[in-house]
Amino acid sequence: MTTTSQSPLWQPSASLETLKSRAHIINLIRQFFQNRDVLEVTTPVLLSTVAPERYQNPQVCDNGFLHSSPETAMKRLVAAGYGSIFQICQVFRADEAGVMHNPEFTMLEWYRPGWAMADLMVEVGDLLQHILNCPPPITLTFCQAFQKYVGIDPFLSPLSELSEKVSVPPPDGLDRGGLVDLLLVDRLEPALKKQGGSLFLLDYPAWDPAMAEVDPGPPKVAKRFEMYVDGVELANGYQELRDADEQNRRFLQVNQQRKQDGRQQLPIDNHFLDALKHGLPRCAGVALGVDRLLMLAMKKNRIADVMAFPVDRA
Amino acid sequence: MLNHNQLRQGTRVEIDNLPWIIIDAQFVKPGKGQAFTKIKIKNLVDGRVIERTFKSSDSVSKADVMDKTMQFLYSDGEFWHFMDPDSYEQVALTEKQVGNTTLWLREQENYEVTLWKDKAIAVIPPPFVILDITKCDPGIKGDTVSGASKPATLETGAVIKVPLFVNEGERVRVDTRTGQYVERAK
Repeated sequence: MTTTSQSPLWQPSASLETLKSRAHIINLIRQFFQNRDVLEVTTPVLLSTVAPERYQNPQVCDNGFLHSSPETAMKRLVAAGYGSIFQICQVFRADEAGVMHNPEFTMLEWYRPGWAMADLMVEVGDLLQHILNCPPPITLTFCQAFQKYVGIDPFLSPLSELSEKVSVPPPDGLDRGGLVDLLLVDRLEPALKKQGGSLFLLDYPAWDPAMAEVDPGPPKVAKRFEMYVDGVELANGYQELRDADEQNRRFLQVNQQRKQDGRQQLPIDNHFLDALKHGLPRCAGVALGVDRLLMLAMKKNRIADVMAFPVDRA
Repeated sequence: MLNHNQLRQGTRVEIDNLPWIIIDAQFVKPGKGQAFTKIKIKNLVDGRVIERTFKSSDSVSKADVMDKTMQFLYSDGEFWHFMDPDSYEQVALTEKQVGNTTLWLREQENYEVTLWKDKAIAVIPPPFVILDITKCDPGIKGDTVSGASKPATLETGAVIKVPLFVNEGERVRVDTRTGQYVERAK
């Protein structure tokens, strides 16, 4: 699926020039946070538990799981009162391989205790300017973006209307969430790519709030944002959920859904739930795909182009 | 059965009770959402190309298809006849099934015949074939412009571009995937 080129498989898929740019840009990211007094941290890659997600399969290994993001460990540091922190690390998502996906990739994640999501969005825009030298992203709600670029209301349009908008007849058995996911990659992302520029989408459907606070609405939405640059999904941020009971309910519900979907049920991270019980300060956090940022900075078309050894060479 | 993330370019699958080859496969997934694989598939029987999208819980059957090396015997204008050199068993393909491969078919040579449920449905030429030039104008003397070319008709009827120094009666090696001249052959 990600055959990178014709060169022998022992060789790197990125040129020396590309790896020099990669190192330079990662240094720029570190500089950005050092200038803002954000502490760089390292948390374990190998975990005994995970924060289950409905549609993400963790990479299982003998002693546990390779983390799919450093989220729970970093929030434990925030709950412990360690202040603003960032991390640049390798993360793992089993089975995700394609032009824009590699099962192992580099994540930048940071947390801002005391901040509202809107403040963090400004900082994400600043970082983007620091690296890509581009103007601040515009902001649309999830609903507005679908109305504008796809011509449907993701919350209210009948399912038949959602189906009709998909360019190729959709697979059977998709619910509203599934059809909206498909329209997002099939119609919205290509439209954003065609238009170019950077954009925040916010107020996501509450059917999958993950670890974000929920605004009861109406419409009921998750206080979550995603940033797109030239149609590439680059970052995902939350007004972080602080209610341990609610978080636990969501984890249990996700495991229930995973069971229905025929996926492995996952052990829940009790250290993280204990940290929430202890008290997480009001806080906003975001995760950004560094390889995709590098692709945009270097105008590369495939994630493999910015990695020394993508999955088919690893 | 193949999971959606095992759908790769070149894999042959059975969909709607027909055999197809995947010519493009794209994995797509919104960050927190469901994964999908969008594939572009070419029908192995009639050559039409369609697109399909699969969700992560879908699976797809592998097509019961195999390739057998067979010798091209002759064409009677309606059917193209091939023979299994081991069993001497013969199969016949229609013009539509032979498709563009007809440009590279030389009697007595071996080709890969695709069988679906033991019935011949297509024929694939080897990546390179060696064919005689049956018609070609002589190159103009003294014309040494590099890269200049002229048309040449091959014994199969295919017309390709050859360098000016290549002449009628010579044999050439041709890349069947691009239809391009590679080199002179003996």
